[in-house]
Amino acid sequence: MTLLEFARGPAIHWALIILVAGTIWRLLGVLVLTRGGDLSRPRDAFGNYKGYRTVFSRAWPSSEFNVATRYQTIVAYLFHFATLIVVVGITAHIEFIQSLTGASWPALPNAAGVAIGIVALVSLLALILRRLTNPSIYCSNLGDYITWILVAAPLITGLMAFAHLGPRYETMLAIHILTVALMFIWFPFSKLMHSIWFVFSRAQSGLTYAHKGVQI
Amino acid sequence: MTRQSTLGALLRSQGVSRRAFLKFCTTTASVMALPAALIPVMADALEQAQRQSVIWLSFQECTGCTEALTRSHAPTLEGLIFDFISLDYHHTLQAASGRAAEAAREEAMREHAGKYLLLVDGSIPTVKAYSTIAGISNLDMLRNSAVNAAALIAVGTCAAYGGLPMAAPNPTSAVPVSDLITDKPIINVPGCPPLPLAITGVIAHYLTLGTLPALDALGRPLAFFGENIHDRCYRRPFYDRGLFAETFDDVGARKGWCLYKLGCKGPVAYNACAHVKWNQGVSFPIQSGHGCIGCSEPGFWDSAGIYESIADGQFGTGPKLASAAVVGAVAGAGAALLARGKKEKKAAAHAANE
Ligand code: SF4
Repeated sequence: MTLLEFARGPAIHWALIILVAGTIWRLLGVLVLTRGGDLSRPRDAFGNYKGYRTVFSRAWPSSEFNVATRYQTIVAYLFHFATLIVVVGITAHIEFIQSLTGASWPALPNAAGVAIGIVALVSLLALILRRLTNPSIYCSNLGDYITWILVAAPLITGLMAFAHLGPRYETMLAIHILTVALMFIWFPFSKLMHSIWFVFSRAQSGLTYAHKGVQI
Repeated sequence: MTRQSTLGALLRSQGVSRRAFLKFCTTTASVMALPAALIPVMADALEQAQRQSVIWLSFQECTGCTEALTRSHAPTLEGLIFDFISLDYHHTLQAASGRAAEAAREEAMREHAGKYLLLVDGSIPTVKAYSTIAGISNLDMLRNSAVNAAALIAVGTCAAYGGLPMAAPNPTSAVPVSDLITDKPIINVPGCPPLPLAITGVIAHYLTLGTLPALDALGRPLAFFGENIHDRCYRRPFYDRGLFAETFDDVGARKGWCLYKLGCKGPVAYNACAHVKWNQGVSFPIQSGHGCIGCSEPGFWDSAGIYESIADGQFGTGPKLASAAVVGAVAGAGAALLARGKKEKKAAAHAANE
């Protein structure tokens, strides 16, 4: 079995199995738990609605923090959107998704893919630099660094494979798929779960604040 | 087979001009990445070359490799060089048959001990009874013929890497030459079939310099297998611009766009098809509208479907992922219900205590 056969076959397969099982496990493990019903009445008439609105309103810092968090906000936005675009916009990724689900859509030209991939990588570097230089703000733990490495690795290897840099293409492609497999396995058990949790956690905070009459 | 004793004499008798011959030497030398200074040396050496004894063994094969070589538009210089070698045994091409044929092989092995080239096409079944020639199993014939060979050339993917006969479920327990012969230099010239120039190029290199060419990690001559098809493909600009044929008869296919989505294996295939091309430089598969199937790569038949793109996952999908989802759901819900039960019990105990 060549490295590429291993990567495209059992490696990514098991990673997907762990990703699916793990994510659903984590989700239901919290959601089925449920909290006791809050018997208080929301402090204003649109309280419940306001709670759900938080899911969106928290996508931007409160105006008081605009300046203080500007670097973080802009760079994080760049990173998240660029990453999302390369994940769903590159021909090879669409082919993979299509082989799994049957769904497909038009892809970006390669040059655009490379450019956006570089934006994602540079912004990710900018984020880790800030994290490293401001330890008191982030209180990082080991898991944060592992997560950063496992997100950066597919970006770096993907760009190299895409641009035909480094080892031969089939080797680079295999390494890229293997790094993605590692990231998938790590996903459910790390802060990467925020990509799903953010909806629930924001909504929950919003609801709680609305009931308590906190200005949001 | 010819009676002329040197290649020069043979070529002249066939009406090949010195100019055409030098052109062939230049092409071969440049394809094989030999320095330009070697071209006259090569020409002289080839001109003077004595007939090289070659024994060609055909095992589990389809004769396509021989066909590619002998039927490439005649008369090519490649073909003539092939005519020139003393092909002492080749059971498709030789006139003799039966006992006489085997006797010719044995005689060549005796007479040219340590000097003959052993060309093999086809894979070798390790279960002896599955393929025999004149009552001799392929396995025994290969081992026996290799003992006194100067070097082996595995012609075609079957001999080089097992090819189709070795594809799952490998009913004959076939193996490539390199699994059986480990004490002789082996050059793999894979392809289904290989480019004729790659076969004769290796022979010409040997006739000229008396050495074997530089090989890659898979035992292939770098001169012919050092380049990636995708890197040399004339459809690459369409790949880069994201323009793909989606089916074999859509607008993209008619406009000659990239065949990646139709399963082209160019990005993971190493061969000279895209620049040397076939039938005297007329075309190659991608140019005729079909993706590369990566036939010069080990395990090409099993590694992915011909029409599946390289990026596709190679595993059965649905059921296992669905069961993973169910397992996750059960584990998650179970853990949560357990925790909830504990919480309620604690609350009840707490209430009872008060
Ligand atoms: S047709 Fe194949 S080899 Fe040519 S550019 Fe497209 S993917 Fe690459």
